[in-house]
Amino acid sequence: MITAKSDSADTLVRTDAQSFDVEAIRRDFPILQQTVNGKPLVYLDNAATTQKPRAVIDAITDHYLKDNANIHRGVHELSVRATAAYEKVRAKVRDFIGADRVEEIVFLRSTTEAVNLVAQTYGHSVIQPGDEILISTLEHHSNIVPWQMLCEQTGAVLKVAPINDAGEIILEEYEKLLGPRTMLVAVTHVSNALGTITPIKEIIDIAHRSEVRVLVDGAQAVPHTPVDVRDLDCDFYAFSSHKLFGPTGVGVLYGKYDLLNGLPPYQGGGEMILSVSFDGTTYNELPFKFEAGTPNIAGVIGFGAAIDYINAVGMERIAAYERDILDHATQTLSAIPGVRIIGTATEKASVVSFVVEGVHPHDVGTILDQLGIAVRTGHHCAQPLMERFGLTATARASFAFYNTRDEVDALADGIRQVIEVFGG
Amino acid sequence: MNDPRDLYQQLILDHNRSPKNRRVMEDADSHAEGFNPLCGDRITVSIKLDNDVVTDVAFQGSGCAISTASASLMTESLKGKTLAEAQALFARFRAMVMGEAASACEDGPALGKLEVFSGVCAFPARVKCATLAWHTVKAAIERRDEVVTTE
Repeated sequence: MITAKSDSADTLVRTDAQSFDVEAIRRDFPILQQTVNGKPLVYLDNAATTQKPRAVIDAITDHYLKDNANIHRGVHELSVRATAAYEKVRAKVRDFIGADRVEEIVFLRSTTEAVNLVAQTYGHSVIQPGDEILISTLEHHSNIVPWQMLCEQTGAVLKVAPINDAGEIILEEYEKLLGPRTMLVAVTHVSNALGTITPIKEIIDIAHRSEVRVLVDGAQAVPHTPVDVRDLDCDFYAFSSHKLFGPTGVGVLYGKYDLLNGLPPYQGGGEMILSVSFDGTTYNELPFKFEAGTPNIAGVIGFGAAIDYINAVGMERIAAYERDILDHATQTLSAIPGVRIIGTATEKASVVSFVVEGVHPHDVGTILDQLGIAVRTGHHCAQPLMERFGLTATARASFAFYNTRDEVDALADGIRQVIEVFGG
Repeated sequence: MNDPRDLYQQLILDHNRSPKNRRVMEDADSHAEGFNPLCGDRITVSIKLDNDVVTDVAFQGSGCAISTASASLMTESLKGKTLAEAQALFARFRAMVMGEAASACEDGPALGKLEVFSGVCAFPARVKCATLAWHTVKAAIERRDEVVTTE
């Protein structure tokens, strides 16, 4: 799953990273070929959203130019084509995450909607007052608030597994919090704010030993590391197209077939229905039961093109290349006096959160922007996590496989300029 | 605009490093809390009045250089002003950082040192940082009658 750590694997990784033709890849991303504030754009905000290769943009354009129609019920040619293209992507997603069946892949708007769906369907069907939902300190607000809402609605209690100073979930504490009332564990695979890769397989195994279901927030994991939901044995896995080089407005919920099949519908209307009379409604089968309303057809089709693109580059090669970029960024940034990296987990995706002594992250972000460097500054929708580190905000550089070592160096130069402006 | 110093002028950097009037005001007539959800920064502004003249202004909290320097310079600018002058000054300041024509608010006190924030209008994402302290003091002024002080 996550890059191997043995010496021989390291050598392989390095060789692989060297042979990775990043310049050829960059040419596939039209947006990267521009200057911002007179400087070449250095886009390091990939954890917020990734850029799209031309193949994705073309797939969306082609759909609207040639095949646009509503899906599933049309007998005419365009509808048949659009339906086939849309459903083909479901199979691509199934294969991409190693799911068993296409029925286990539900298309939604976002990772956030996927978490809300599970909270409002699974949550509502099993949670009783006094039951517990277990999350971690690392979570994004989108994997906190839906559970808080469920707790408010049902009288359940939210428990939070703590992290250590490196930003790693403390497994012993997590295990201790897993009690007889725990009904669900909802944990991230990769922290959006720190980059920590959680020991998700172990977290799932531990929960399953107590027969507790696990939802994994995979939004930040899928762009960086191969994911195999069967190997993980997770019950639910949520992620988004737009963090995976596809369009915005498409999220995926994976759920084990029997589990999804037993859930009540989430929203009513449209494709989720088999037949309606005023006496009652028969709901459609999986996965359509959860896809009420006309979906983001063009977005899903664009997402399919993104998966094809990533598969052509190779997820293993992407992970290896990004590891090299992360190592370079970690070394380069931590060598700058006054820079402190927040989140120093042993296992990390290519995300570097940092603070510059005496300079507010927003000022860091504004000065970097003047140099054409896009980073995110703020609490990264993880305020409890920031609080854990005694901060209100950090600056965050998050890398994708189209970023280069030169861009890391540009970032480092930019940070040195920040320090210079603020009188170091 | 490529030189960060166009925004981060020396006066701003100085007030960020050593803000004026960042202190607790025990005998405030009114205070208000301001919050910038963008960056999570919080600021509390306290004022003391003699009839309608601002005799003291102080703030607490920490934020980015723009918001800290803005709060610091604001406290200096407001001391001795009448409430009407304070409102006029805010209107003029706000117009400047938002890049709007200031013709509508030509009356009232001059911006003086506050002109150091003129570069902010080129940074729409940072306008709220510059105006946070002003919005907060405005709230403190407007609710001054509601606030019960035990002093």
